[in-house]
Parts: sequence; structure tokens; C-alpha cells
Amino acid sequence: MSAAEDTLERQDQLQGIGCSRKRKEDPRFIQGKGNYVDDVKLPGMLCGAIVRSPFAHAKIVSINKEKALALPGVHAVITADDLKPLGLHWMPTLAGDTQAVLADEKVAFQQQEVAMVVADDRYIAADGAELVEVEYEVLPALVDPHKAMDDDAPIIRDDLVGKDEAGQGKRTHNNHIFTWDVGDKDATDRAFDNAEVTVREEILNPRVHPSPLETCGCVASFDKINGALTVYITSQAPHIVRTVITLLSGIAESKVRVISPDIGGGFGNKVGVYPGYVVAIVSSIVLGRPVKWIESRIDNISTTAFARDYHGIGELAADKNGVIKALRFSALADHGAFNAHAQPTKWPAGLFSICTGSYDIPVAYARVDGVYTNKAPGGVAYRCSFRVTEAVYLIERMIDVLAQKLDIDKAEIRRRNFIKAEQFPYQSALGWEYDSGNYLPALEKVLEACDYEGLRKEQAEKRAKGELMGIGLCTFTEIVGAGPSKACDVLGVGMFDSCEIRVHPTGSAIARMGTITQGQGHQTTYAQIIASELGLSSDDIQIEEGDTDTAPYGLGTYGSRSTPVGGAATAMAARTIRAKAQKIAAHLLEVSPDDVEWDVDRFQVKGNPDAVKTMKEVAWAAYNNVPEGMEMGLETVNYYDPPNFTYPFGIYLCVVDIDRHTGETSIRRFYALDDCGNRINPMIIEGQIHGGLNEAFAVAMGQLISFDEDGNLQGNSLMDYFIPTFVETPHWETDYTVTPSPHHPLGAKGVAESPHVGGIPCFSNAVIDAFAHKGVTHVNMPHTAFNVWKTIHQLGLDN
Amino acid sequence: MIPPSFQYHAPSSVDDAISILTQYGDEAKILAGGHSLLPMMKLRFAEPEHLVDINNIDSLKGIREENGMIVIGAMTSESALIASALLQEKCPLLPEAAKLIADPQVRNRGTIGGDIAHGDPGNDHPALMLALDARFTLVGPNGSREVEASDFFLGTFYTALEADEIMTEIRIAPQAANTGASYHKLKRKTGDFATAAAAVVIEMSGDTCQSARISLTNLAATAFRATEAEAVLVGQTISDELIKQAAAKVMEACDPAEDLRGDAEYKTHMGGEMTRRAIKDAIKRAGGN
Ligand SMILES: Cc1cc2nc3c(=O)[nH]c(=O)nc-3n(C[C@H](O)[C@H](O)[C@H](O)COP(=O)(O)OP(=O)(O)OC[C@H]3O[C@@H](n4cnc5c(N)ncnc54)[C@H](O)[C@@H]3O)c2cc1C
Repeated sequence: MSAAEDTLERQDQLQGIGCSRKRKEDPRFIQGKGNYVDDVKLPGMLCGAIVRSPFAHAKIVSINKEKALALPGVHAVITADDLKPLGLHWMPTLAGDTQAVLADEKVAFQQQEVAMVVADDRYIAADGAELVEVEYEVLPALVDPHKAMDDDAPIIRDDLVGKDEAGQGKRTHNNHIFTWDVGDKDATDRAFDNAEVTVREEILNPRVHPSPLETCGCVASFDKINGALTVYITSQAPHIVRTVITLLSGIAESKVRVISPDIGGGFGNKVGVYPGYVVAIVSSIVLGRPVKWIESRIDNISTTAFARDYHGIGELAADKNGVIKALRFSALADHGAFNAHAQPTKWPAGLFSICTGSYDIPVAYARVDGVYTNKAPGGVAYRCSFRVTEAVYLIERMIDVLAQKLDIDKAEIRRRNFIKAEQFPYQSALGWEYDSGNYLPALEKVLEACDYEGLRKEQAEKRAKGELMGIGLCTFTEIVGAGPSKACDVLGVGMFDSCEIRVHPTGSAIARMGTITQGQGHQTTYAQIIASELGLSSDDIQIEEGDTDTAPYGLGTYGSRSTPVGGAATAMAARTIRAKAQKIAAHLLEVSPDDVEWDVDRFQVKGNPDAVKTMKEVAWAAYNNVPEGMEMGLETVNYYDPPNFTYPFGIYLCVVDIDRHTGETSIRRFYALDDCGNRINPMIIEGQIHGGLNEAFAVAMGQLISFDEDGNLQGNSLMDYFIPTFVETPHWETDYTVTPSPHHPLGAKGVAESPHVGGIPCFSNAVIDAFAHKGVTHVNMPHTAFNVWKTIHQLGLDN
Repeated sequence: MIPPSFQYHAPSSVDDAISILTQYGDEAKILAGGHSLLPMMKLRFAEPEHLVDINNIDSLKGIREENGMIVIGAMTSESALIASALLQEKCPLLPEAAKLIADPQVRNRGTIGGDIAHGDPGNDHPALMLALDARFTLVGPNGSREVEASDFFLGTFYTALEADEIMTEIRIAPQAANTGASYHKLKRKTGDFATAAAAVVIEMSGDTCQSARISLTNLAATAFRATEAEAVLVGQTISDELIKQAAAKVMEACDPAEDLRGDAEYKTHMGGEMTRRAIKDAIKRAGGN
């Protein structure tokens, strides 16, 4: 075997970075051997069921617990009045607002939490909940955010009347939460005044709900003897939950243990702290027994963490050639009854300012006004970084609108506006420094792979015959991996992340991170990083997350931050270990550390391939034979504060055929090219792209949380709320280019949210493109058969 | 999502089942496949105190031919309808349509009798029964009676069944010569109820329509037959124009309720479109053009 072959073989054996190895977690999940919160059963455990409001807006006249308490097996019925003495009837939100834990004198959205019945089991708890008698006095409901700031609008938050601030700066109306703006307004207005061409269009991201397979829940267990609290919880951020619990309860953080076991999907739904958790914890403290609370599907869809609900107007100014000169945007953000937006604390519109996208736009201005309505609180970033889907939707829709106005091809207008490869690192008009990108070759690759010219020809022929076919493009840039602590914090904690690695004497290792996998495959990906960095087989590297007693503090997993931040911490920790190992190897080889070099899984004396010490040998020596003055052991912990976000991009193309009689759409082709920098496990990436595209398809084509005029939620079960099955799901074709991040230790960027963020506008662009020849520039999501048919019927195309 | 407590009975004969039903009256409910009843109980819309599970009554299951008629036991599952060679040969409409009901899990337990007896205008079997001119055998404390499908569906969740009666059998004539049938169902996704659906059975003689039965799902308070649309076709030489006219008559007869599947206008148009498609298919299958 040649030396080169030998190196390759040793590399392959590690199954490290770049290897499409199967996921380590799959055998467990495929065999139903996962361990989720609802699998946790503790001795003496009780169950809680929540009594919920049937009305969107009502005063609570009285609550009568007697009948429920009389039911055998019911231990307690807890209401806001019971929480009041503890100061826990309200709780702070991540967005600086407060939220009623249990309704305090009034309810402000349908299904709001009014009381919790704690009983021996979930069946008795459900019967008990039905026996709690609540008398309401119904108030007029406010549903339309456009009416929220009318003079005569019903007041949602009596607790804030007279206050000109709700945690995010000045507010101007009882239902106003904040005004956020960014960019140079005057320069933008001037650019619009002087522009050769301007376009303006409605940009609506309707209210949707991220729907993980597993709903939210917890088991709270308070040990009265030690004063210690353990909480098993469906959380994407267990360490922050621990801090929040301490801040709310006063229990020392060292006596609070939060465990996120296996999590059945999050998508943003499991970032927040929900009333059910708080009441379960209080109940456990009061009753001295473990208390479990698990949401039903209806509870989940109705109450915990909606997403989007951005009602905007987008505008572009350009020259006659379609070169964009300015972007302007204003929106109403419907936050529901409490502003529980999951965001880095000081970012009321999240990272919306990425809205200039992949284009070199000289000047821009965006403004968002948050308002209260009688709807469930939120919102969260549904498989995206904070408000990045809304931002990408804006620019990717508007550039199509501009192309249509100027009769420029939709691919060509993108070519004319792309940020060029040589402009990176690129300073955007709204203040970001894009780390790297190379958009044009990626676009050309996709156009060629799909025979874009041929598709346009076919479309012209179909149009001549009265048939409807649309071609959608989306050439997006994301901002992910929050984030540099100078810019981002959650409740004052910087948004770093962490990794602790311990290499055992026989050369296997355990590593723990502050992130928490919910299906992303961290146990595989992180092990691959360590395998390549340390030269140990990824099979022998155990990854643990989610137990705050064992894992180092971290901010959790959302906003595609695990690889950009947690993955960077992992690489840095491994490198610290390797640096120490190098000294031990040199000691064993009796040369100076500078005289040894790293070779896949071993150190070798420079120029002498026979003088080697493998990492396994070094690991053994770390526990018995280290250089004079060196501490024994081979472990470290790294807290990584990223210097910047990462900016993955993608080029997507979608072809849709529309049945002009029923409005049904059929996605004939969907081609997704993603560039997430260096790729750690290509198969996991592909799986994440598939999943994200499925959810993009769901949002664009069917998902909607809608209300009637009284604020009743319509369709809160999976009968109506659209989760595509494999029957509906289109076939996905994936592709990639590699443009490494210059600041990430591995050159990697986040990826799992790109397909959701880029997919949604791509579907919309395709559907709208099918009607472009009829002058249509805009239709709202979701593109259900009914909605598409309305467009067809209005245009008379169904005759 | 948890029903209140109830008492569970599992009789093994029709007589035993009827005596339990007679004993508890309105407080009892028959449990067949449970795929309509249990969701309502979990939402506490239905709160029966006694559930009479008739899954152990073997005589209620199976498909056979008797005196030139096809006889289907009320407890026959959708999956069994789909798998039946007899139906595929002599009543192909039924297995074809059953494939469009819900999903495999539901079809493995859901029964044809339950689907009919539930009286839900969104269920598919009621319109199929109307199109196939089916007869139902209902057995109660006073013996058995036969009811035609056209007399059975009285309103939403309201049928000719008495509280102490059990539907035991469904009788359908085998498909006649020169006859074609088709069911077209528009739904939002697999497993969904119909936005609109049309069942059509047509007998042709050359290019002339001899007889036609057209019925609709989820387009009014109950499944219904569109007799005026049928009249447009019968005795006529079939043309695209005529099919359009029949579809227009169907649309006139539709009175759907708005829901998340669409408003009344959309559903009505889809009733017309599904009819148009089903007529075309049925004619082709009948040997016409
Ligand atoms: C997700 C989902 C999707 C569905 N989609 C469709 C669909 O697309 N099309 C469709 O047609 N249906 C659909 N259904 C309903 C399903 O087909 C049910 O199985 C059917 O409606 C009821 O049959 P069952 O055997 O389950 O009856 P059950 O639910 O057990 O009973 C229904 C009612 O009929 C009564 N009953 C049952 N059998 C008898 C009998 N022999 N005599 C007298 N009374 C009786 C019961 O007391 C009860 O009131 C769907 C159900 C689900 C859960």
C-alpha cells in the first residue's frame, strides 16, 4: 500500500468530516427506543390538564373549583389567584413583555390557560378540567391587526394601559407594542423620488404554526428534602430555561436541573417558556410530587408559539435595466395577546434587516410596528433564523415583481443585481457583513441543470393553449448562527455556545455541548468533527446534550446555530486537546513539539514516517506519562463566541403545473442548490434539505392559522392544518456548491433552515409566475386549490 | 382529547346487541370501526354512557352474492371492500371509491355500515349508495326492515335508523351490461374528506344514454341525487355540451356549507367539475366515447 493510500484508508476509517455516514441516532429512533418527555414516568407522578378559554376576549367573572376538587383523584385546581402570592401569575417573555401564566381577571385569546387540574392520571385530570366552572363576560374581539390601532379598538392589555412602553421602546396606542426601524430613511426616500422605475406590492406572511411531531410538555419534580428541582422538558434551549426558572423561583441555579431528553422536532415551537411548564413546576413544589403536563395536538396548534403574521408592503426602486437602487418596507407584526416573540432580546424584528438579500442594494429602509390582537402569543422563527423567512420572502417576491414590470427575465434580473464574488466580505446597506458568497456560478449551474430556456419555451407553448405552468426562482441569502455576543443576547446571556470533550485512556471520547438536537443528527455530526480533529473513529465518540447538570452552558439549538456556533466550539475544543496531545506525543517520541506533525490519526516526527504515536497511544500516556509539569488527563471545555454570523445561500427552481378547473397545483420539479460552506455530513445535509423543503411546501401551499371575526381559531387539528404526507410531497432534487465561511474554524455555515427560508418564496414565485402573462404580480399564501382557483376564476381562465 | 368514562359492551350476536341497545336507549351507541365516533367522543361532542362494540359479531362481516344481489355485511371494512374480487368484478365503483376514503389505518377499521349510518354528508358511501340504488337491512327489537338508500339520509347526522336498530346488510344489484360507473373526488390531501365528489352510474346504448344516476358528496346537508342532471342525459346522444349542461344542473342543486376547504361558490363549481369528469369516465367505461 502506498503512503497516500494508507492515509486515505486511515481517513475513511475515522468517518469524519465529509463522510456520509449513517446517523448514530437512527437505530434508536427507528426501533421506537427513543426517550421523550412523555416517556418519563416517576414514582408518585401526577398529571396536569389545562382548563382553557372558549372565548378570544372575555372578563373572568368567577371560577368555581368545587366540583372538580370533589372528583376522587383530583389533588389541586390551580388558578391565577393561587399563583399570585408567589408572584408567578405573570411571567416575563423573551421579548421584554409579560405574559399571564394563568388568565388574570381576563382572557385575551381563545384556548388561553385559565386553570390547571392536577390529578392521579391524565384521564381524571381531563374529567376534572371539564368540572371547573368558569363564568365569562364576553368582550368584543380584535382579530385584524390593521384595526389594532384604530381609536375604538378593544384594548387587549388592560395591564399596560397608561404605559408608553412594553419592553421594546416607545408605543403610541394601547394595542401598539413597538416600532422598530433600520436603514437610512431619507436617502431611501430620495432614491425612490429619483428612480426611473418603482414597484410596490403587498407582502403577507400569514400566521402559521410550526408543528413538530412531538407536542410540548414537561415533567417537574421537586425534591422537598434537598430543595432541588428537576424538570424534564421539550426545550430547544434547556440552559436558558434553567436560568429563567431560577430567576422566577429563586431556587439556586445549582439546585435546578433541566433535562431535554430526545426531542421530537422543534422548528421554533420549543424555544419559549410556556404557562403549562410554569404551572407544572409550581404544582410539583406545592404538592411535593412529580407533575407531568403534555399538550394535545389541539393545545399545541392553538396556543404554543405561532410563527410569522407579518403584514407588509414592499417597494423597490430601480433603473430601466432593472438594477435595484433602493428597497423600502413597512409592516404590521401581529404578536397576539402577549409579545412572546422568540428573539435575541434587543431585536424586536429579529434579523429582518437581511432583507436586501443576495443583491447589491445601495440603500434601504425597513420599519415594523408590533401590535396586540386577541390571538395566541408568539411568534417564533419557524425553521428559520429570527424573521429571516419574512425578509427573504420580501426581497425574492419583489425582485420578481420588478422583473415583470420591466419585462426582464426573472433569472436575468437576478444576474444584474447579484453581489459579485469579489465584493465579499460584503457590507450590506442595513449593516451586515456577509462573510462569503458566490451566487452567479450557482445560478448558472441550476439554470443549466433544469434547462431553464427549454422550460420558458414550454411555458410559452402551454400559455398559447390556455394551460397554466409556472417557473419559480429563488436566489436567497440567509443570516444564521446567532451570534456574536456583542450583538446578541438572551435575557443578558451572550449567544455563545460550548463544547466539553473528554478523551478516555483507551482512546474513545465523550463530548457534551450546550446545544440540543431535535432531529438534526448532532450525535453524528459533532462526532465527525471530533473524529477528524482528533483522529479517533466517530463510532467511538459519544455525544451528549440537554442535561444542564452535565453539559456546559449553551444557548441551545434554533436559528441554524448549532454548526456555526456549537460546531465551532467543538472544533476549537478538539484543537486544544490536540495541542496538548502534540506535546505528549513529542515527549513520548523524545523530540520537541515543533518537530512533530499531525497525520490523520497520529503524530509523526517530521521527515521520519516510522517515528509515530497514534492519538490512542497519546490518550493512554495522558493518564500515566506526561511531560514534566503538565497536568494529567485529556479534556477541555470551549466557549465559542462567534466573530460574525454565517451567510449560507441557495439557488432554487420550481416548476408547477396548475389544473385550471380545480386550482390544484402539482410541483413537477423542484431543484435546490445549497451552499453551506464546507459540508460535514452530506447525507445529513440532504436529509435536512428534504425536511426543510417539506415544511416550505407546507407553508406555501397549505398551512394557515385563521380566525373568524370573533377570534375563534378555525381548524386546529391535523384534519385541517396542512401537514403534507409522502403522497403530497414533491420529489426533491438537491445540489450544492461550496463557498467556505472564512471565519468559521471549519469553514462551515448553518444549513437546515435554508430550504424552508428559500423554498417558500420559490413556491410562491412559481405559482404567481403561472399567471404572470395575465398581469398578476401577487397572490397571498397559502396556495391551496381553493385560493388558486379564485385567481383562475377571476381571470376567467376556467372557461 | 380524552373521552369521559363509559361502559363497554361487546356482544357476539345481533340479538344480544339489540337487547343492550333496548335496555339503555339514547344512552347507548354502537361502536363499529370507531373512526367517526371516537373522534367525536375525544372532543366530548358525543358522550355516550354505553358503547356497544359490534366487532365480535361475525355474521355482520363479509361480501357474498345471494339471489342475484350483492350482499355486504355492515361490518365489512373499507380494506375488505377494496380487496374483494367479487366487487371488483360486479360492482367496481365501490372498491374504486373506497380507495379514496381516508388513509390505510382508517380503512382497516372503518366499516361501510358505520360510514353510511353516521349520516355525515362528508362521508363517501352515502352518495355511492344513492348512485348504486342500494337497500339497507335494519334490525331492531321488532324484527327487520328494508330501507332504500333514497329514503335513508334525512339530514346531517340524521338517518332513518332508530336508536335501538342495527344496520346489518347492504344490498346492491350487480352492475348491468353496457353500464359504466365512476367516482371523482376532490380533496385537499390524502386522508381528507371531499371538497366535492360525484358518483355517476350510466347505462349506454351506442352513443345514447339509457339511464343515469348522479349523486354528490359534501355539497348539501346530506348526500343527494341530482335527478334534474340525470334527466338532461337520459335518452340523449351524449356530447360535451350535454355533459356541461348536466354539470350545470348539478351546480344548481348544490347547497354546500363554507369551511376551510372552500366557500360555497368554489364547492359548487367543483361539484360541477367532478360531475363532468365522472360522467366522461363512466361513459367511457360503459363502452361509449
Ligand atoms: C382521518 C379520517 C379521515 C376520514 N376520511 C373519510 C373520507 O374521506 N371519506 C369517508 O367516507 N369517511 C372518512 N372518514 C370516516 C371513516 O370512514 C369512518 O370509519 C366512518 O365514517 C365510520 O365508520 P366506522 O365503522 O368507523 O363507524 P363508527 O365510528 O364506529 O360509528 C359511526 C356511527 O355510526 C353508528 N354505527 C356504526 N355501525 C352501525 C351499524 N351497523 N348500525 C347502526 N349504526 C351504526 C355508530 O353508532 C356511530 O354513531 C375519515 C375518518 C378519519 C378519522
